[in-house]
Amino acid sequence: MRLSNMSLRVFAFFIVAVLIAIAALACNGNKGGGTVKLQGAGATFPNPLYQKWISEFSKATPSVQIDYQSIGSGGGIKQLQAQTVDFGASDAPMTEEELKASPGPVVHIPTVLGAVVITYNVPGVSSALRFSPEVLADIYLGKITKWNDARIHADNPGANLPANDISTVHRSDSSGTTFVFTDYFSKVSSEWKEKVGANKMPKWIGGIGAKGNEGVTGQVKNTPNTIGYVELAYAVQNKLPVALIKNKAGNFVEPTIDGVTAAAAGAIATTPEDLRVSITDADGATVYPISSYTYVLAYQDQKDAAKGKALVDFLWWGIHDGENFAKDLQYAPLPAEIVKRAEAKINSFTSGGKPLR
Amino acid sequence: MREAGGRRPSLNSFIKSALSPTGNLGDSVFRLLMFAVAALMVIFVVGMILALASHSLPSLRGFGFGFLTGTEWDPPKTIFGALPFIYGTLASSLIALVISVPLSLGVAVFLVEQAPSWLARPVTFLVELLAAIPSVVYGLWGIFVLAPILREHVEPPLARWFGSLPLFRGPITGIGLLTGGVILAIMITPIISAVVRDVLAAVPNTQREAALALGATKWETTQVVLVNGAPGIAGAIILGLGRAIGETMAVTMVIGNRPEISLSLFHPSYTLASVIANEFTEATDDIYLSSLIELGLILFLVTFVVNAIARVLVWRVTRTSAAAGLAA
Repeated sequence: MRLSNMSLRVFAFFIVAVLIAIAALACNGNKGGGTVKLQGAGATFPNPLYQKWISEFSKATPSVQIDYQSIGSGGGIKQLQAQTVDFGASDAPMTEEELKASPGPVVHIPTVLGAVVITYNVPGVSSALRFSPEVLADIYLGKITKWNDARIHADNPGANLPANDISTVHRSDSSGTTFVFTDYFSKVSSEWKEKVGANKMPKWIGGIGAKGNEGVTGQVKNTPNTIGYVELAYAVQNKLPVALIKNKAGNFVEPTIDGVTAAAAGAIATTPEDLRVSITDADGATVYPISSYTYVLAYQDQKDAAKGKALVDFLWWGIHDGENFAKDLQYAPLPAEIVKRAEAKINSFTSGGKPLR
Repeated sequence: MREAGGRRPSLNSFIKSALSPTGNLGDSVFRLLMFAVAALMVIFVVGMILALASHSLPSLRGFGFGFLTGTEWDPPKTIFGALPFIYGTLASSLIALVISVPLSLGVAVFLVEQAPSWLARPVTFLVELLAAIPSVVYGLWGIFVLAPILREHVEPPLARWFGSLPLFRGPITGIGLLTGGVILAIMITPIISAVVRDVLAAVPNTQREAALALGATKWETTQVVLVNGAPGIAGAIILGLGRAIGETMAVTMVIGNRPEISLSLFHPSYTLASVIANEFTEATDDIYLSSLIELGLILFLVTFVVNAIARVLVWRVTRTSAAAGLAA
């Protein structure tokens, strides 16, 4: 078979067009006339908010291009350590070992707060269930096995609880949500702390494992007598039944954005200078106790001054203007006191010894 | 095809003839190209095994043979045992085969031997369409439709009638080994039945005519056809089994993901592919990552061993059935 002259010509034209396009792209990349590109990766939980921040920030500052990939908290820390990204993101603060294994000092900037809520499927129960922390921990420890257990009844007088076995549902994939949930249990139950501990991927005692928030939701919605945990934002969007949890002050509180911000405010006294803190089981009358920060992570000394400046500007914009987008997306904004302390951390970024702000 | 095998040149003479300028140049180039493509596939497989093995060295060194026999999986305490996952993989695949093989054979026999062509065509199309559904969709369907059906209408009677067997004991949630096996069965049925259909269609019509001429009933004729197609049918089953062992997403969504070995089919279980999919993204420390990669290596070996066993079985069965045929 022979190509006709015509089709050869078309083919040649196509090749030339592609070459020109590649050359144009390459020039664009090399030149970078004034535009700075930032690459970030990490936690999936704040991803919708960060995407919103990026699109709003680049409207105001077209010279900065930011790309964020939600690969998971663990992956974010790993990429930061390998210096393949300009900033990482994680729901749990980095551990001492992780900080030691990093090539330079890492700054934690809290961006927003989230919460873990308890959802359930109990036939015959009409009003929202209430749980004391110890009861909840003992359900997940397999010590309370029936829905009509006397201790569940004590928290829910008058509720029509069936005599069925409880099936617990947990995340089968490693997750920051799981970390917050097990961190809370480790604080309220010494037995949990000893047997299971706080971890993104603990060894569960029985129960059903489901992948992702959607997997847990599907399992709980479709299986009677189950209990599970998901992120607050996910529960609100899907209108799931959520339980009230008894906080340290002894009040049963519904998971709300204000309750989560209150948890951060209640934990200020114990928040260290570097802002790496767990705020589960915090003090305060209106606190929702299973709450947590999510962080952006970056090296204190930025190698590239232009990139460092862009990152600092982005973070500064985020904890001020960016916080206004939080509530709409079901994230809790930082309390004013923490914004101030985060400002100080942003001001501590340097490049070659010179401050970036 | 098979007759040509006897006349295939040895590798040495093959390369020589391919390189020698005698003969048609186009033929030599074509031969070399095909040889390169085939070699590339072999290199892929060998390279993959080597890569898996080298990345799992830390866990191979750290846990040794105990990794295979360990029944505990506790990443925070760096305790890694693969046995629950191996068990879950084999058990769910076995359930899938037990359900799927009779189903697939039935579909294929109906389509080739009985259905009029105006019916066979649309049914064939629909069965093959099942193979094109993404596995995550099967998983969602499993959670929302299949698991409730099994929980309400299948598992309670099983527990009532056969509860004396350890297979059907324990709490009924609709999530577990049985649900995983059933969803796998549905996923591999189109593959097995499509291949079996082609195999049966390839059985020469003279065989059917001969059987009918001897006064055989339709059912007896079908038996003759099935015996004729036995090696091909076995190949189809092996193909389905391979798919079942490696399937990840749909199984993960319905099997319950609990690394425990329990005889009960109602109990949550866990497969090799599922645990890798669940834990790989956040496995940050080296020994954890290495252990997951070793699970991948084991998955490779399990597939290999199961395939080998299946092939030996096929070889034996076809030999004895051929012998029986001669004796009769």
